Amino acid sequence: MNRQITKLAVASLILLAALIVATTYWQTWASAGLAEKQDNAIQRVAQFRIKRGLIRAADGTILATNVRRKVGGQTLYFRRYPTGRLFADLVGYSTQGRSRAGVEQSENAYLTSSNANLSTIFNKTIDRIKGVTITGNDLILSVRPSIQRLANQQLAGKCGAAVVMNPKTGKVYALASQPTYDPNLVENHFNLIKAPGAPCHPAAPLLNRATDGLFTPGSTFKVVTATAALDSHKFTPESTFYDPGYCIEYGKQVSNAASPDGPVESFGHPTLALGLQHSINSVFCNVGKALGAGTILEYMKKFGFYKDPPLETPANEKVPSGLYNGGRLFFPSHPATQVDPGRLAFGQERLAVTPLQMAMVASTIANGGVAMDPQVLNRVVDAGGHTVVRIQPQKLRRVMSPQTAGEITSMMVAAVNDGTGGAAAIPGISVAGKTGTAETGSSGINTTWFICFAPADHPQVAVAVTLENQTGFGGTTAAPIAKLLMQAGLSSRSKK
Amino acid sequence: MSLRNRELLNLVVVGALTALGFASVYIARQSVVSTASLSYAAFFFALYLVAHLVARYAVPYADPYLLPMAALLTAIGLTEIYRIRPGDAFRQAVWIIIAVAVFAGTLWALRRDYRRLESYKYIFGLTAIGLLILPALPGIGTTVNGARLWIHFGSLQFQPGEIAKLCLIVFLAGYLREKREVLAQGRLKDFGPLLLIWGGAMLVLVETNDLGSALLYFGIFLAMLYVATGRLLFTGIGLALFLAGSYFVYTQVAHVHERVTIWLHPWTDQKVYCALTGHMALRQDCGSYQLVKSLYSIASGGFGGTGLGKETIETTQGHPLIPSLNTDFIYSALAQGLGLIGISALILLFMVFVLRGMRIALLADDGFSKLAGAGLTFGFALQTFIIVGGILRIIPLTGITFPFVSYGGSSVVANFVLLAGLLLISNRANAPREA
Repeated sequence: MNRQITKLAVASLILLAALIVATTYWQTWASAGLAEKQDNAIQRVAQFRIKRGLIRAADGTILATNVRRKVGGQTLYFRRYPTGRLFADLVGYSTQGRSRAGVEQSENAYLTSSNANLSTIFNKTIDRIKGVTITGNDLILSVRPSIQRLANQQLAGKCGAAVVMNPKTGKVYALASQPTYDPNLVENHFNLIKAPGAPCHPAAPLLNRATDGLFTPGSTFKVVTATAALDSHKFTPESTFYDPGYCIEYGKQVSNAASPDGPVESFGHPTLALGLQHSINSVFCNVGKALGAGTILEYMKKFGFYKDPPLETPANEKVPSGLYNGGRLFFPSHPATQVDPGRLAFGQERLAVTPLQMAMVASTIANGGVAMDPQVLNRVVDAGGHTVVRIQPQKLRRVMSPQTAGEITSMMVAAVNDGTGGAAAIPGISVAGKTGTAETGSSGINTTWFICFAPADHPQVAVAVTLENQTGFGGTTAAPIAKLLMQAGLSSRSKK
Repeated sequence: MSLRNRELLNLVVVGALTALGFASVYIARQSVVSTASLSYAAFFFALYLVAHLVARYAVPYADPYLLPMAALLTAIGLTEIYRIRPGDAFRQAVWIIIAVAVFAGTLWALRRDYRRLESYKYIFGLTAIGLLILPALPGIGTTVNGARLWIHFGSLQFQPGEIAKLCLIVFLAGYLREKREVLAQGRLKDFGPLLLIWGGAMLVLVETNDLGSALLYFGIFLAMLYVATGRLLFTGIGLALFLAGSYFVYTQVAHVHERVTIWLHPWTDQKVYCALTGHMALRQDCGSYQLVKSLYSIASGGFGGTGLGKETIETTQGHPLIPSLNTDFIYSALAQGLGLIGISALILLFMVFVLRGMRIALLADDGFSKLAGAGLTFGFALQTFIIVGGILRIIPLTGITFPFVSYGGSSVVANFVLLAGLLLISNRANAPREA
């Protein structure tokens, strides 16, 4: 029987060897594929064993940190946001139940040390061999808590957004959206996230209105139209128009004032400059008709419309600005027949824009016609304090000639000094600004705007403020907030 | 060095390894070194020292590697069970004490001549069937995971199938030893009692839905028949019958059909009907939930593993990620903790155990001992293959225990009896001939 026993022994060993082969398959070849499976809860939990990097503001304030907790013998790191609501929409959250949002989502690679920088890979491998906890890289943002706090305070109780940025570098100082939420509630008390009493429906506290909210730009868009008019050399600031108090659009009167029942106010024979200064719709209506929608659309694209702004937030929290048709971004193939150029020129038509995009418009004028990429990230620092990468300002493109930018600046300064934007004037500093009061369809309810920058001769700060469901005008509701934000931006700069 | 001293030396090494394993889990979970881990190891070592002393007296010439290997396997299992559910580790430790006592008792009772068991072969055969029927009896039978495998006395649960397996091997060894010549000629009449008892066992297993054991018994039967007769034809016919039977069962029994579907297509992109809830669901969220989660665990171990005690087996709230982790799926937890290197070493340990067992069968000088030795060893190997192969998707998954390692009292006791059997056979083969 020994012959048979020997063969049986071989058969048994083959059976057992097959187990080693199969285990090898699952642990080497198949493991990457399995790690990506949606229902792989082990990978999801393993993420919480990584000590995520901190997120800090420009002044070092900690915006996101970790709480160490032992669960069933394993050390897990959960997120805590010491500043609570202050930076909720920008910083976002990292939880197990609702995954991630904001910078926590878009910069997850740096925060978990899974980025491809050589020094990070080296440190992580050493940590893994030593068996110690993997520590993520810290993010240092460009945002300033003092300005952000002021923005939140000013917007509190309203629905709206504010963006404050450095026009020269594109670095964002504040990115506020109201109503907002407390990111510390997301994991376990998601149902407590509500915004009772917010004057808008839906209140959508999780929506980052600054980058993901679409609003009719109204007269702030005249800056874009004016840019197209001057930079295409079809008009000069001194070009003169006849203003009967309205303009004729497809045989219908479109009045200058926001309220159609109000008295017709006529400026006689205003120039283009005066048209911007006093926000005269009929002037821009005629500019638009003369330029054609195609030219305006071309300049919109140069300003960054029709693309997600290159801010370092997740793609699903940003929308491009432009014409929207039936809820979808709409770029007309035949602008001459598909778009009403007169209404487009003064910011109505089917225009929908984000506050961030309008801040970029103001910044571009301020920066002599060069648009910069908006950025919130300043530096990435490893656990040992060494800089992994420094995010350099990035030029998006030149939108207009410096001359055009200078001319628009003068017109915007006039709008603040002796026009619709007087509420934004700062004593001793020359401010350039443009108001906007967009009709929403329901009478008397407007979306109000103010975009501006200061000082006009050597700009250091650019601001866009949007407020929803206002009964007032841009000059009375948004401009005072924009003024405070500019002052805060200027003083925080001079202190540094 | 004498065989028993070699065994003692090996046990000392195993004791040290046990201490290391427990310390590793303890440190990983509590971040402190504690004497508790050492006391576990010391207790373990003392227990096996007792087993060793009994072996020294009862089977002085037996193979010196089997007992330390069994000790190491139980230690690995206990360590992992301690990691998964510390409370279960205590119960498992109690079962190991019982198992070692039964082991010592078996050695003691059969130390003179175990071959007298051969004359009771029919009793063993009938006992096997009786044990298998027990769980099907109302009152003492319990259904776990759709299979009636358990009997309970008060709070104590026991799986009699594990012991039935050993009885059946004794019956087969005895019967085949006696009839091997006539069986080899293929006279159908001689197969009668064999088919009767074995067929009865199979019927009971299919009836109680214990497919893993059915496969195991079938394999043991074919292997022992081959060893006894040397005729591969029988094995071939048996395999052909098995495949035909399996196909028939696959088409007729929904439970089996489901198992095969899960094996072939554990992941679906579309929702399919989920028999467990009666709703539509992705199969990975329904029937193949366990299998898929266990594969994730194995895969996340990678090459080097996370280290004992550092496996991710719970959600961040502390809920288990993989069901039945310490019983059916302990291999997945070990694969994650030990990685490819460690788990391969574990399988190699099983291979060495099987080699030693087969060597014992080779060295034995009578037919009964050879058949029993080969049957016990092959049963051990095949059982390992059926459970781990099921987890690794080599074959459809059937719930069956991982010898010496997984949590479960009856399994540990039965495997220690198996070990005692091998040591008895080995002792007899190695003993100096009386002139």
